[in-house]
Amino acid sequence: MFRVRTVKTEKVKDNKINFISHNPHESSEKHVSGSAQYVDDIPLPAGSLHAYIGFSECAHGLITSLDLSDVRELRGVIDVFTANSIPGNNDISPTGKNDEPILAENEVLFWGQPIFVVVAKTRNIARKAARLAKVTYDDLDFISDIRTAEANGGVLVAPSLELKNGNVENALKEAPRRIKGEIEIGGQDHFYLEGQVALTLPGEDNDITVFSSTQHPSEVQHMVSQALGLSSHSVKVEVRRMGGGFGGKETQSNQFAVLSALAAVRNNCAVKLRLDRDDDMICTGKRHDFIGRYDIGFDQTGKIWGVDVQLSARCGFSSDLSGPVTDRALFHIDNCYFFPNARLRSFPLKTNTVSNTAFRGFGGPQGMMVGERIIQEIAFDLQKDPLEIRKVNLYGKKNMAVTPYHQTVTDNIAPRIISELEEKGKYKERREKIIAFNKTNKFFKKGIALTPVKFGISFTATWYNQAGSLIHIYTDGSIYLNHGGTEMGQGLHTKMASIVAAEFDLPVSNIKVSATDTSKVPNTSATAASSGSDLNGMAVLNAVNTLKMRLSGIICDLYHTDKKTIYYKNGYAVFDCGKIKFENLVKMAYEKRVQLSAAGFYKTPKIHWNRDKGSGRPFYYFSYGAALAEVTVDEFTGESSVDRVDILHDVGESLNEHIDLGQIEGGFIQGMGWLTNEELWWNKEGQLKTHAPSTYKIPLASDRPRIFNIELANWSKNKERTIKRSKAVGEPPFMLAISVHEALLMAASYSYTCKVRPTLNSPATAEKVLECMRNSRIKSLE
Amino acid sequence: MQKSINNRIVDSNSVVRFYLNGDLIELEGVGARDTLLDYLRLNKSLMGSKEGCGEGDCGACTVLVGRVQSGSLEYKTMNSCICLMPTLNASHIVTVENLRALDGTLHPVQRAMVNSHGSQCGFCTPGIVMSLYGAWLQLIEPTYGNIEKSLQGNLCRCTGYGPIIEAAQSISTYGSLSEDKLLQEQPTMKNNLIDLELRQSSIGTCESSKFIVPKSLQSFSKFFLEHEDATLVAGATDVGLWITKHLATINPVIFIGNLKELKNIEVNKDQINLGSCVTYSQCQPILSKHFPTVNEYFFRIAGDQIRNVGTIGGNIGNASPIGDLAPLFIGLSGTITLRRGEDRRIIAVEDFFVDYNVQNIVKSEFIEKIHIPLNENLFLFTYKISKRRDEDISTVSAIFSFEVLDEKLFNVRLVFGGMGPIPKRAKHTEDILNGNFFDTSIVKLAQLALESDFQPISDMRATKNYRMQVAKNLIQKCQLEYNSNERIKVNRDV
Repeated sequence: MFRVRTVKTEKVKDNKINFISHNPHESSEKHVSGSAQYVDDIPLPAGSLHAYIGFSECAHGLITSLDLSDVRELRGVIDVFTANSIPGNNDISPTGKNDEPILAENEVLFWGQPIFVVVAKTRNIARKAARLAKVTYDDLDFISDIRTAEANGGVLVAPSLELKNGNVENALKEAPRRIKGEIEIGGQDHFYLEGQVALTLPGEDNDITVFSSTQHPSEVQHMVSQALGLSSHSVKVEVRRMGGGFGGKETQSNQFAVLSALAAVRNNCAVKLRLDRDDDMICTGKRHDFIGRYDIGFDQTGKIWGVDVQLSARCGFSSDLSGPVTDRALFHIDNCYFFPNARLRSFPLKTNTVSNTAFRGFGGPQGMMVGERIIQEIAFDLQKDPLEIRKVNLYGKKNMAVTPYHQTVTDNIAPRIISELEEKGKYKERREKIIAFNKTNKFFKKGIALTPVKFGISFTATWYNQAGSLIHIYTDGSIYLNHGGTEMGQGLHTKMASIVAAEFDLPVSNIKVSATDTSKVPNTSATAASSGSDLNGMAVLNAVNTLKMRLSGIICDLYHTDKKTIYYKNGYAVFDCGKIKFENLVKMAYEKRVQLSAAGFYKTPKIHWNRDKGSGRPFYYFSYGAALAEVTVDEFTGESSVDRVDILHDVGESLNEHIDLGQIEGGFIQGMGWLTNEELWWNKEGQLKTHAPSTYKIPLASDRPRIFNIELANWSKNKERTIKRSKAVGEPPFMLAISVHEALLMAASYSYTCKVRPTLNSPATAEKVLECMRNSRIKSLE
Repeated sequence: MQKSINNRIVDSNSVVRFYLNGDLIELEGVGARDTLLDYLRLNKSLMGSKEGCGEGDCGACTVLVGRVQSGSLEYKTMNSCICLMPTLNASHIVTVENLRALDGTLHPVQRAMVNSHGSQCGFCTPGIVMSLYGAWLQLIEPTYGNIEKSLQGNLCRCTGYGPIIEAAQSISTYGSLSEDKLLQEQPTMKNNLIDLELRQSSIGTCESSKFIVPKSLQSFSKFFLEHEDATLVAGATDVGLWITKHLATINPVIFIGNLKELKNIEVNKDQINLGSCVTYSQCQPILSKHFPTVNEYFFRIAGDQIRNVGTIGGNIGNASPIGDLAPLFIGLSGTITLRRGEDRRIIAVEDFFVDYNVQNIVKSEFIEKIHIPLNENLFLFTYKISKRRDEDISTVSAIFSFEVLDEKLFNVRLVFGGMGPIPKRAKHTEDILNGNFFDTSIVKLAQLALESDFQPISDMRATKNYRMQVAKNLIQKCQLEYNSNERIKVNRDV
């Protein structure tokens, strides 16, 4: 048994809407047949051209000469251009900081920065030509990592944030025990299977249509119009689906969409730009790596008195989303634990590396790693089971429920999740067995850990928390649904269609979800921050309610019935004195000249955030979960395997249990990759050397624990009025993988019996595990 | 005769003939650098096969290739992104588009994937479907380990693989092999493919790049004398990347991967003789039969898609410091037959590697055969350390072999990959072990000696310190395994 599906079978009353959908992904039959269309699969008009980028080969320097004559002369090359040819702003900073040029002008800020663009008859010619440039640089000093950045004055790309609660200095002074330490947490490449790609078709009147693999079509629209000097109404962006996003296509797709648009407009023909995998990994941002430094005070029971944490992040050459990412990291240091006194500070550092960006969890995972590290330190110091320390510090009632950002946690279900999982997974029994095993086995050590997750849901930029939808009902009763969210594999369209299907109780095949299109729903937010279903689901519901109201009006007029009695069942509108087939109702509405199209809108209520004061309610609610992981490591090589994982996760009332289980499992494995094998490595010249699947190792099927039980906490309901009381599921499960890292630490430190404080930085590669074991052992023997 | 095909200047008697799904393709004007994936997507608008990495590592472009070998038609998975068009003669390429029935009914593999929720973003899915299909054709009731093995060459970033594994376990509940279109048409297709086999060598020039597909070993040897600067290409699992990643021009090229004479496997009472174009997949069962500890080592090399086309001669010939077969063959005291024209010489595998990028081979000389002596008394231990267990390049590979007389070791070979510029024996360390009992005290001396054998470097896979440390530890591990008579692995059996 390796997946548990707790599919509910309870009977639903006739007039109640049953939202639970068991539909497979709306595109699944197309996925398996190879007929699902991605941007690179769109048939090109005759005469289409292909663009490619010339990248810098210098980590930091001034361009002293740029000779593109060989590039131009290659047969098949049509056009070559640099920053000078950009008619509008040479900037794609998503936060308006004007610090992210589309093409470098004089100064090159990282190895792999785009400098120029080649447009050619084929992609191969364009790629080949792009390598023929002769560029010379006046090399400048460069900073490629956090420590060097700190040693050189610590220039920031965005302002620090400080969260403060109580009096941390006093608490640290007065606490019976005090520990200072640090942990390094590596970055991560998104490794979406479909690389960055955009196709632009010029139209009449300077209009253009951009097909982009992006999580944020509205931003692509704005960036393209800004770069071309056009108004937004001239640029239409369409996204049918992405081959994975994970945050890597929230802002990072802007550059390629803009460049394909520039090339298309210059040459007045369709231009596609699709990056090669290596170039994609070199020139697009990743998860930020962090160093977390902590100074903590606690007592003999393990209760935390005070926490002072500094998070330093490698942000790269520009701000991109580093401000909000490092903010969210601070918001998640506490995880499920109450800090009576806290000071948490962020340092988003500028470096001469690619500008790091959003990635599933958006800084939260890094912050949470530091929080869990604090728990481990206390456990080691007191020689106690870390789970015991966790329980002592869980958020409680009233005063014990206030976070360092002064939001009160009112929906805390972490204690129940932890205790249920502890019992189901037989934590205590297994832990004792493992400790005994580690005492006797010469070849292997095992570890086990149970770690919880509490993740705040909402964009911390409050204005992002809005969404729109547009629904058309055609006279044959078929429904066309558009909303502002994008489909990247997470099943958003499936969930949205099922909401409409459930509301009208129609088969889901009656509803077609269109590609996301800036000309249908404008000014959308990125599909990010796990918010896709929450925001768009409510916007869809809002449009459905408008349509229902209009349809009800017809029924009331005709049958003189009470609006309140009308409900939809099995393809009929049912009311106290009869029923009418949905398509007949629609036809009648049309004949009565009732509008069968409605726009919907939603904004998240209750939230507010004052960054200057470090106080507010940034999150509408929290999602919870916990994981129990067991690992084995090889005493001689440091190699490890994850043997068993049990997960209990909270999605509120699930909108689609199969899709939610898929998010949990996929998120966990992605998190496991981040904390184990996925290592980014730069050489001394500041060049990233792990830029392909041959050198950057994401998990394979055989890395997955063979025993893997996932359950939904099916008793959980969102306390807030979200769509059908569901909860967001995209990001929170990613952090469940912290259990794997802690289990590895337990194994590598001989069940914490070593005499030194064991440190296991992330990713815990075989090398780091062996190093941790050697330190633990050698120093223990001394 | 010069002509222009697809805007390209072509001078050719070369026609590549193969079947693509249901159709016979006869292609003129093929270039040596043309990949199958580009052909499928750009020329045939078959958009199901995806480019995820362009280097044979992610599997999104997986297709089946059917070839007649030893009288039977077998279908195997391969990566179309690094498959070069001139290698396709007399093959049957099956893409994901071929699976669905004409009436739209999903194939059992596809149905299983849909019902198990095996796709999320869907981009890796066609490749996964093809890998599962290829595996199902071989084995209809796979174990969990079989499934993991069949997915070693496929990356999925969304699902965490559980639903895909579930799908693999349930394919047979949605249909049987006897209903499979490909298998039903197998006898006819086999004859079709035999008809396509080369009757004469084929020589093509495209954009002034010349390539030769020789019809026999004899003609290959002759061509190579005439074109001493030619690049030899068999499975193209390495050269494919020169093209897709380095955008290299290779001229001229001789494609030798389908030469039957180089695919021979002979086992006599003294040794195994392997033609240089024997693939990893073909070599693995033969070697494993005689040296059981080799089995797992083979499954740590790439995934099925690469093992099905990559050749043992190619792995030796490209002389990588970390090629996994070199340490193994050296550890097994293997030898190589090098041939130039009609002249042959036999050298030890270890003598083939001289220094980084320097091999004991002259112009127009090629690896014809590799010989592995059989030795029932040989103790053989195989280790591979890599960041990820499967489908990864070695950080360190280690092959230890020895015989034992009166509990003392002799004929010790400790061979390492990844520890220096070439795969190499640790001779100082071997000297320590030879003639001694294999106990903890000798291990300590051996570990010390290892430092005089190697000065490893640091790179993206590991630091030099880890390489040295783990190499030392492996000697200790080997000693424990030898004395406890069990293999000690954290990794699960395949």
